[in-house]
Amino acid sequence: MAQYEAVIGLEVHIELKTDTKIFCHSSTEFGAVANRHVCPVCLGLPGVLPVVNKKAVEYAIKAGLALNCRIASFSKFDRKNYYYPDLPKNYQISQYDLPIAEHGHLKININGTDKRIGITRVHMEEDAGKLVHQGTPSTTPYSLVDYNRTGVPLIEIVSEPDMRSADEAVAYLEKLKAIIQYTGVSDCKMQEGSLRCDANISVRPVGQAELGTRAELKNMNSFKALHKAVTYEIERQIKLVQSGERVIQETRTWDDSKGVTLSMRSKEEAHDYRYFPDPDLAPLVIDQRWVDEIKAGLPELPDERRARFVSEYKLPEYDAMVLTATRELADYYEQCVQLFNNPKLVSNWVMGDLARMMNASGREIGDVLISPAQLAEMLQLMDKGTISGKIAKTVFEEMFNTGKDPGKVVEEKGLVQISDAALIDKVVDEVIAANPKSVEDYRAGKEKVIGFLVGQVMKATTGKANPGMVNKLLKEKLS
Amino acid sequence: MELNYLTAHQLHDMLVSKEVSAEEIIRAVFDRVEQVEDKIRAYITLNKEQAVARARLVDKARAGGEYLPPLAGIPVAVKDNICTNGIRTTCASKILYNYIPPYDATVMERLNACRAVLVGKTNMDEFAMGSSCENSAFFSTCNPWDTGRVPGGSSGGSAAAVAAGETVLALGSDTGGSIRQPASFCGVVGMKPTYGAVSRYGLVAYASSLDQIGPLARDVTDCALLLNVICGHDPLDSTSAPYNVPDYTSFLNGDIKGMKIGVPREYMGQGIDAAVKDIIYKAIDVYTGLGAVVEETTLPHTEYALPAYYLIAPAEASSNLARYDGVRYGYRAKDAADIVDMFMQTRSEGFGPEVKRRIMLGTYALSAGYYDAYYNKALKVRTLIKADFDRAFEQFDLLLAPTAPVTAFRRGEKLDDPLQMYMVDICTLAVNLAGIPAISIPAGMAHNLPVGLQLMGRPFGEGDILRAAYAFEQNTDHHRKLPQ
Repeated sequence: MAQYEAVIGLEVHIELKTDTKIFCHSSTEFGAVANRHVCPVCLGLPGVLPVVNKKAVEYAIKAGLALNCRIASFSKFDRKNYYYPDLPKNYQISQYDLPIAEHGHLKININGTDKRIGITRVHMEEDAGKLVHQGTPSTTPYSLVDYNRTGVPLIEIVSEPDMRSADEAVAYLEKLKAIIQYTGVSDCKMQEGSLRCDANISVRPVGQAELGTRAELKNMNSFKALHKAVTYEIERQIKLVQSGERVIQETRTWDDSKGVTLSMRSKEEAHDYRYFPDPDLAPLVIDQRWVDEIKAGLPELPDERRARFVSEYKLPEYDAMVLTATRELADYYEQCVQLFNNPKLVSNWVMGDLARMMNASGREIGDVLISPAQLAEMLQLMDKGTISGKIAKTVFEEMFNTGKDPGKVVEEKGLVQISDAALIDKVVDEVIAANPKSVEDYRAGKEKVIGFLVGQVMKATTGKANPGMVNKLLKEKLS
Repeated sequence: MELNYLTAHQLHDMLVSKEVSAEEIIRAVFDRVEQVEDKIRAYITLNKEQAVARARLVDKARAGGEYLPPLAGIPVAVKDNICTNGIRTTCASKILYNYIPPYDATVMERLNACRAVLVGKTNMDEFAMGSSCENSAFFSTCNPWDTGRVPGGSSGGSAAAVAAGETVLALGSDTGGSIRQPASFCGVVGMKPTYGAVSRYGLVAYASSLDQIGPLARDVTDCALLLNVICGHDPLDSTSAPYNVPDYTSFLNGDIKGMKIGVPREYMGQGIDAAVKDIIYKAIDVYTGLGAVVEETTLPHTEYALPAYYLIAPAEASSNLARYDGVRYGYRAKDAADIVDMFMQTRSEGFGPEVKRRIMLGTYALSAGYYDAYYNKALKVRTLIKADFDRAFEQFDLLLAPTAPVTAFRRGEKLDDPLQMYMVDICTLAVNLAGIPAISIPAGMAHNLPVGLQLMGRPFGEGDILRAAYAFEQNTDHHRKLPQ
């Protein structure tokens, strides 16, 4: 039976983090009371006109540059006409044939190998509002509309169909998100809808150049959902083709609760958007000097930062990749290293205990209560021998939950390490006296037993005895 | 003569010299409205209470020794597609019959800033689509010269209000001749400024790339005074031009010696009423007599202006009018089954036949598979028409032509024949496609009805146009004639 491969391209919508909307001065603040941030322009009232927000254009150019695109010197806005109650003008101002940026790419890493994914285009558009459905059609025979989001600037980033698996699609989206976040033009919060992703998927027998019929997948609100949806859709299409049926060109939605994709509309029902140049907006003539200025202001991007982490901090490639996945995490790491110059130890804590507790609590790096300075302080306490590595884990957990300074946690919980030789000596004697069988085994050559005895001493001191000293003393006394 | 028949500059002088108060002026206007409005029907909404209050404020300011700008206390009527904060703005459409804008159009803000007094909102063809003021969803306006005839369209209400003495000044909008053609039919001065000279912010869009707000007045001086107020860059309109607005009255000195005026032969050929043509030839004689050099010229693509206009304007209109769907404001159909049904019923019931015709035309012209054959082709024609004018203005300062091929026609005469109706704007359309300025001034009478003379100029050449129009006015008395 023929082997099949998937061909995947992603369309990603990203809200730009400007203070005001793309064509007016209304605020873009998220989460405000419904219809608080609206004006005649974003409501599309009769007679109003759009005026483009220069900052939004700058951000779109910045994103385009970060994605290695060519920036157009001449670009324009077009109208995309369709009817929907959340679209006040019943057309969306978008860009059709002359997008602001084209021909870019980014690199993803799959199983240690770099792969280049092409970016077809980046174009600007305005966001639509949001319908709020209350109750059921029988209890509330109407829906409400919130226009706060209407006119928030968006960029749509369209990839080439260069991905071949769900893993690659997720890796692409993660990398795209990281790059955009690094530039600072968007916070890319999927849960707030500031990053939204659609996927075009088709399958074909391996070796065939021609593309199969594609389906467009919508409504995937997390990386996990993207992975599951793409996997499901690839399998669905392969099954269809294998059983001799054909894939229909259509738009499908991902139902996360059922774990399936469902048909939304077929090509036959597809819109004719009747695009034409928006006569209310002059074309965008973009000065190369402005582009150069924006380019000069681009921050270090994930790939560059990863390479620097390897060379500057001598970190393993893997550590560098994980730590630079988001700008916030990389910033956190570097701030900590500035204060505690042991890059690998810091990396171990950030990738280990910190990442584990973040996962368990669902917190993101921005919401973590431990500051880089506090983590550095804790590592110093460990370094000075004030606390043991084991105690450090306890201290860290308390810091993570409360945000308290490490010194304060140690003090409150009485966690200072016991390095008093006389005191340890006394406990060691007691443990030796209480475990004659183990002592005998050790002396008979079972050196592993020492671990048990150390453990007994630690237990007796509730973990506070300096483990190095305990080890040394035990060995002396038993030899 | 009654106050309401005087010009703005005469009234201003009388206000400054305290011969008259602003309240007396506005009351004279409303007295006239009371007297003739049921015959003329120029206004959709009257603004009497607020107007009188505003006039009193002007009088108070005058009493306090404040400087009175030229239009302070001057009554102005405004076409009902220009948004007025708190005052109903209907576009003469059922779909906006109850719509009250929460903001002022930029031109309204400028009028308010110079203390002009809003008389009311004037009738028009629905969404400015029409050439006779008969496409209003509410009622038709009558021509003050002969109430059995149309005032022209679509700014017919504004033109009729000026001609009938129901206001002193008025604003209209001109997409394909909608200021100049009714000015011609009603025997008043009407001007379409250069595209970008006047902010469109707050003008309810018909065809964005063609629409322009402009003045209607009793003489050229008043036209210049109103231009002085409404022209100028507006940061709220991306298509508004950043330029230094001159004092347009400074061009009114009568000196046109050596001015080169071209007469495009395409505007004097078939389809132009012989009596209208005769009056235009007489106007040419006046100019020659004043020392201007008048020669025949050609604008070879003129015959394509009408088809190009009727693709571009409806295409933009189909998109601009999409927002009237019953969701947020205006008319909403009752008892719709679902949202799509509500959209369809609202628009079916809310729009009149001419608006629907143009929405369908435009939707078709923009649809996939026809875009290149129609819309795109029309844009190319537009470029050729613009190039015709550019070439002509290398040789001539102005172009001269009739404003309309005929005088005001009978009401109902062309209502059942849209193509006949479209032909009435044949002399004005190309100006909008090219974006240049043009004026219509009274040039005489034919069939006992006014005939308009059209003068077209270079982009931002309003000054040249006003200079020539004023010179003509100073040497004739057509503008002084009043309808009985």
